[in-house]
Amino acid sequence: MWGLGQMPPLLNVQELVVQYSTLRGEVRAVNDVSFSLETAATLGLVGESACGKSTLGFSILRIVPPPGRTVAGKIELQGVNLLNLPLEEMRRIRGGQVSMIFQDPMTSLNPLMRIRDHFIELFQTHDPSIKKEDALGRTTKLFDALGIAGDRIEDYPHQFSGGMRQRVMIGLALALDPKLVIADEPTTSLDVIVEAQVLELLKLLKEKHRLTLILITHNIGIVAEMTDRVAVMYAGQIVEIGPTGDMFGDPLHPYTKGLLESAPNVLHPEQSMRPIPGNPPDLVSPPAGCKFHPRCPKVFKPCPLREPLPISQGSRLVACHLYD
Amino acid sequence: MKSLSGIPARLLLRKVPKGAEVYLAVAGAVLLVTVISLTFLAPYIAPYNPIIEVGPALQPPSSQYPLGTDHLGRDVYSRVLYGAIVALEVSAISVLLSSIVGTVLGLFSGYSGGKMDRVFSMVMDSVYAFPGLILAIAIAAMMGPGLVNMSIAIAVVYIPTYFRMIRGQVLQTREQLYVEAARALGAKNSTILFRYIFANIMPSLVVVLSLNVADAILTEAGLSYLGLGIPPPTPDWGFDLSKGKSYLPGGYWWMITFPGIMILIVVLGFSLLGEGLNEILSPRLRER
Amino acid sequence: MIFILLSIIFLVLRVMPGDPVLAMLGDKAPMSQIQEMRHRLGIDRPLYVQFFDYLFNLLRGNLGNSLIWGRRPIAVEILEHFPATLELTIGSMIVMLLVGVFTGAQSAYRRDSPTDYGLRTFGILIYSIPIFWFGMVLQLIFGVYLKWLPIAGRIDPFLTPRGITGLYTIDSLLAGNILSFVSTIQHLILPSLTLGLVLSGIFTRLTRVNMLDILRQDFVAAARARGLKETTVLYKYALRNAFIPILTMIGLQFALLLAGAVLTETTFSWPGMGSYLIERISYRDFPAIQGAVVFFAALVAAVSVAVDMIYAYLDPRIRY
Repeated sequence: MWGLGQMPPLLNVQELVVQYSTLRGEVRAVNDVSFSLETAATLGLVGESACGKSTLGFSILRIVPPPGRTVAGKIELQGVNLLNLPLEEMRRIRGGQVSMIFQDPMTSLNPLMRIRDHFIELFQTHDPSIKKEDALGRTTKLFDALGIAGDRIEDYPHQFSGGMRQRVMIGLALALDPKLVIADEPTTSLDVIVEAQVLELLKLLKEKHRLTLILITHNIGIVAEMTDRVAVMYAGQIVEIGPTGDMFGDPLHPYTKGLLESAPNVLHPEQSMRPIPGNPPDLVSPPAGCKFHPRCPKVFKPCPLREPLPISQGSRLVACHLYD
Repeated sequence: MKSLSGIPARLLLRKVPKGAEVYLAVAGAVLLVTVISLTFLAPYIAPYNPIIEVGPALQPPSSQYPLGTDHLGRDVYSRVLYGAIVALEVSAISVLLSSIVGTVLGLFSGYSGGKMDRVFSMVMDSVYAFPGLILAIAIAAMMGPGLVNMSIAIAVVYIPTYFRMIRGQVLQTREQLYVEAARALGAKNSTILFRYIFANIMPSLVVVLSLNVADAILTEAGLSYLGLGIPPPTPDWGFDLSKGKSYLPGGYWWMITFPGIMILIVVLGFSLLGEGLNEILSPRLRER
Repeated sequence: MIFILLSIIFLVLRVMPGDPVLAMLGDKAPMSQIQEMRHRLGIDRPLYVQFFDYLFNLLRGNLGNSLIWGRRPIAVEILEHFPATLELTIGSMIVMLLVGVFTGAQSAYRRDSPTDYGLRTFGILIYSIPIFWFGMVLQLIFGVYLKWLPIAGRIDPFLTPRGITGLYTIDSLLAGNILSFVSTIQHLILPSLTLGLVLSGIFTRLTRVNMLDILRQDFVAAARARGLKETTVLYKYALRNAFIPILTMIGLQFALLLAGAVLTETTFSWPGMGSYLIERISYRDFPAIQGAVVFFAALVAAVSVAVDMIYAYLDPRIRY
């Protein structure tokens, strides 16, 4: 129903709800989200800040920071519900079968540990029998694959540039040949040139190792370049999901349209950037009915009354009353 | 119950309701009100005159002498009640002195800037770095015993605290654009002073004052314990503790237990109040 | 900065109201005697002359001579008393750090839980206890009632080790004297617990705040995301990083440690710098008082420099 082929999906998320308790009340950062992902596919997850995309990423690894917690739903990795696993097993999966690339390479590495020790520690955690020399050897090979000079192996994180640190992060995420990689805004804190390099590396490794990738970002351009399918999130829910080409060529949901129009277009600079009016909703007391309706140019009668359910439209799913 | 996110379940269960800090502050306030009223009521509720011999020496607590008698036959209970007077007097005076002097110097130094400021800051930082009690001991030793001398000795130790706080606030406020704007509109320096600087500092100031009093009481008790405080026979907790110490090996526990508990209660009261206020008034660390 | 401290000490001890000579001789003493004592102490000279003399002597390590009992050089007396204070300080620091850092880390890790609030309140509570009273209570319980531990002195007088360092723990180990060592530790327990526990209250809070800050950082979440064990994340990643700012705190709190040591030493009849200072005050040994205070100032300054150096060594961001 969701995917493209006949193979069972690698990842199947169903009715996932993640909640935070704040001083003012409960917030549903992820509100009844469902999607699935095929092996070797790349899914882009886009939306404004605080739409829940990062939280969704964390919840797959079960590292949602307190006061957040997952309260409902299923996350199935090759049929196994991760949310029911005992913590010991989950620990083995983290870094091993599912791994994550974090946004800010400056703060993602332990400043007191040498780069190589990050890797050695990773290898030794997942395979206590491995000897230090072997771990070191694997690390050196990884460095080659990442394009980092071998003589930098003794360095500390602060001695690396931003781009190199992100390569290290990618290396750490891929070191144990994971099935699923979640990249949370991997290039947001890098400058444009470095960003291009990192994306190239990511594309290369993705194809070489047949990685399944979830790419979380607010940058439409990266999504267009790197992904097969895209899910657009708003206020903790997926409002539209489908193949990238279709989505960008013919966006169905008004929010998707707004996102595309608000992005700068290098090829058609005369088309002015049109931001979406208004602000993201307050998730403590969200709007009634469709959460986007206060800002929607196409709002009409049913919008403030009922929440729209996902409807199938060709290759896509849209949650909008326009398509009921 | 199992947790569904990665953090061990035990950390997510059983949250304490928000506002628990208020309990701290309230608890502190309650303790204080009790003690302060005792201070004022002491002359009325103390069963005996605390400075004269009223019974046989070294008697354990009994119905006649609820907390026992000391080595000179004086009633411990009465002495403990009256002891509050000295403790609170000295700490109140010293905190008042140090806050006023520290504030004035801080304002002056922060405002003038330049060499004066640097010199003052260096002096204050040096005093601040030095062990407070030892400085108080040195001053008290040179000045001699007495309530006023003790208050001055203790006050000197805390002047840098206020100096730094006020000076910091002055420097920070001077940078603010709204002060520039206010000045451009013709506001007088004194207005700026009071309106912005004090308004900003008020919450921290209250907290610091409270914690300062707590510290001052401990210092006062320490000085008296070391023999540098109020001369006998005035009832003073620290002094009574030093006398009681000699009788400790004999097992005469009541001479030290009760004055000590009183110090603890008063200090705890001010500390809880200060810490509680601190939690309430300052924004808590934001979660991710 | 130490210069300023020294000047302040000078000012305090010379300029403060209260005439030490009168205090020493009694105010009924004849004028000639007062004059003579003044001359001997050198305080009849103009202030600035006294000041330069003071500094000059200090630079040469000369703290003057004691006014009583054969006029021994104060510097020597101080050095005799210093190891005792050092031993007490180290013992207390161990207790203080073990208790404070551990409770602070647990508090931060279990943020907002009853444990957190409990530990924090305990920290406030314990810091509110007067050090000397706590010492006496411990003496009462463990020394007088239970009779488990001694309540005065550094060691059984018959077991004093022949020493090089003056630190009885080290000296007895070096001499292979187990009895001495045991006696030293026995005597060290209560005073260290007294000072260490009370001061641990501050460290609970300091550790907690630093840990909370570190635990929010990405590298902690990234470590978890790689499947590292919770204990590894807590200790190798969070605590180790939090330790660096905590270390600087130790430097700043050293002054508190010294102040507390004075009270602890008088309570336990511990023959260290604190006892020396108080004793000299009672004898009105004015040069000795000055010498002791100067020594304290120098000690604080030295520790502060040492902490800076250790900090630079521990943080690779500074080293490389």
